[in-house]
Amino acid sequence: MTYEELLRQITTDDDRVLVMTAENRAAIRNLPQHLGERLIDVGISEMTMIGAAAGLALRGRIPIVHALATFLTLRAFEFIRTDVGIPSLPVKLVGAVPGFLSDGNGPTHQALEDISLMRGIPGMQVFAPADNDEMISGITAIIASPRPWYIRFNSLPAVTEHHEPFAIGKAEEHGDGKDVAILTYGFLFREAWTAAQLLNAEGIRCRVVNLRTLKPLDEAAVIRAVNECAMLVTVEDHFKTGGLVSILAELCLEKQIMCPLLPIALEERWFRPATLPRVLEHEECTGQDIAARILTELERRGYRHDLQVLSESHFKTYL
Amino acid sequence: MQAIERDQLETLALRVREHIIRLSTDGGCFIGASLSCADLITYLYSHVLDISPERVDDPARDYFLLSKGHDVPALYGTLAELGYFDRARLANHLKATDNLYWHPNRSIPGVEFHSGSLGHLLSVGVGVALDIRMRKNANRVFVLLGDGELNEGSIWESCLVAQAHHLDNLVAIVDRNSFQANTRTESLIPLEPLEDKFTAFGWSPRRIDGHSFDQMAEVFSSLPFEKGKPSVVIADTVRGKGLPSIEERADRWFVNFSSEEVAMLLDELHGIGDAALTSETLFVR
Repeated sequence: MTYEELLRQITTDDDRVLVMTAENRAAIRNLPQHLGERLIDVGISEMTMIGAAAGLALRGRIPIVHALATFLTLRAFEFIRTDVGIPSLPVKLVGAVPGFLSDGNGPTHQALEDISLMRGIPGMQVFAPADNDEMISGITAIIASPRPWYIRFNSLPAVTEHHEPFAIGKAEEHGDGKDVAILTYGFLFREAWTAAQLLNAEGIRCRVVNLRTLKPLDEAAVIRAVNECAMLVTVEDHFKTGGLVSILAELCLEKQIMCPLLPIALEERWFRPATLPRVLEHEECTGQDIAARILTELERRGYRHDLQVLSESHFKTYL
Repeated sequence: MQAIERDQLETLALRVREHIIRLSTDGGCFIGASLSCADLITYLYSHVLDISPERVDDPARDYFLLSKGHDVPALYGTLAELGYFDRARLANHLKATDNLYWHPNRSIPGVEFHSGSLGHLLSVGVGVALDIRMRKNANRVFVLLGDGELNEGSIWESCLVAQAHHLDNLVAIVDRNSFQANTRTESLIPLEPLEDKFTAFGWSPRRIDGHSFDQMAEVFSSLPFEKGKPSVVIADTVRGKGLPSIEERADRWFVNFSSEEVAMLLDELHGIGDAALTSETLFVR
């Protein structure tokens, strides 16, 4: 099922649900003819869209609003925080082409602080689906939730099946390896999952924690990873500040737990614009790159011997 | 308008001004701008808006959104006088045990939405008006804007969206007191010719004396001014209206008066004395 088909079904079943857009129609291009006046296009007016969504929510509607993730979370930030956040209205904010998915657009379009900004608003919830399947399985629960939500739109095909049914605040754990735990969210799950396959094949026992909702966070899954694994790796297409590294640090400090960490994130810089596969290569975020970076870090920390993995030369040949 | 009706309105507006003055001590308030729109808010609640204290949640009510949130003493004074909440509650102003502070809180009966950050509630009004029209209902949405607030780009963005959606159930009222916080609008960011700006943005404007109940009666009984267009009433007002020692004074933007000064201001309002004010404005912006 596509996102568009799902929205069509939900709006048919529930007349409270409205679709809004700031002329960002990529994900909803066929909806206008079906939804009529229940699809409201305000043009390139993100601030007015959010204010109007708040007004519609005051009247009992559940607006699902669409804009590019940068313009939604940055241009309209104060409207989100003030008009949606303060009264905690059930507006669902869908940010298109977040993180690396803005590929060739350049830094103006790179939403790399969206998680940081949205999770900082009291009551705002954050969903970063790994792929189209997960997005489809999550949206219904998110629309039913009485809270405001930010959704990192992702319609890319799944790299593996999801064994865990979607539940708000529940992560999906792939494997229970105790050498390395890779914590991730959004489309980079597919690269993290690939990296884990490669490392597992080399005898490094990995688990991947696909967080799904960053707020509320599945604290139990994260604490398990911290307590059980020799090293943690965070993988995200977000600034290091305010994203998963910060989320992890906040939790570990509060719980007084500690674990060696390899953070893979953008540190004090935007990324080089290119097509998505080239971005991943340049940023060393392909599955192979992530596996190699983890291996290097294990080596640097002197964990290789303890983990009894195969020789580095063998690993490199495999890659 | 009959003389008796005008007398009743003037009495109500006088009570509202008394509340505004009493709120200007023990922490203070935005007294000048509250006084400029006191007549407008009084008239809207008593003669225009289809709403009552018993119907604050009725989906068929008219909506009043105070976008220039710092004028909330005028709104609270009006709501208290008309029975939306107990007048005695105004004594809780700036006490942490209640929700009465320098900008509106929507837990107060009659307050539709919070504000304080300028340039927001016209967009919220667009959303409310869109829903009312979608449901084919007849209620209307009134949004009170400040003239200084028109500096905000989001206002003009919302103006474009409102005209694109032909929201003739939406009415903006500009409290044209010709001041922004610390200076005259025309010496900082000139707004005139203001009707022409709204006309160019697809709105239908009317200009009135914002202290004349007769002109308000005429203009608010002819809404919408044009079918298919949002309406805007540009109301020329005087900042500090009713208190000669405050009127048109840039240095009386926000003042925390002493209780002695409040007593003098109440006398001045009633025409039985002049207020000798020494407290200075607090620059809160």
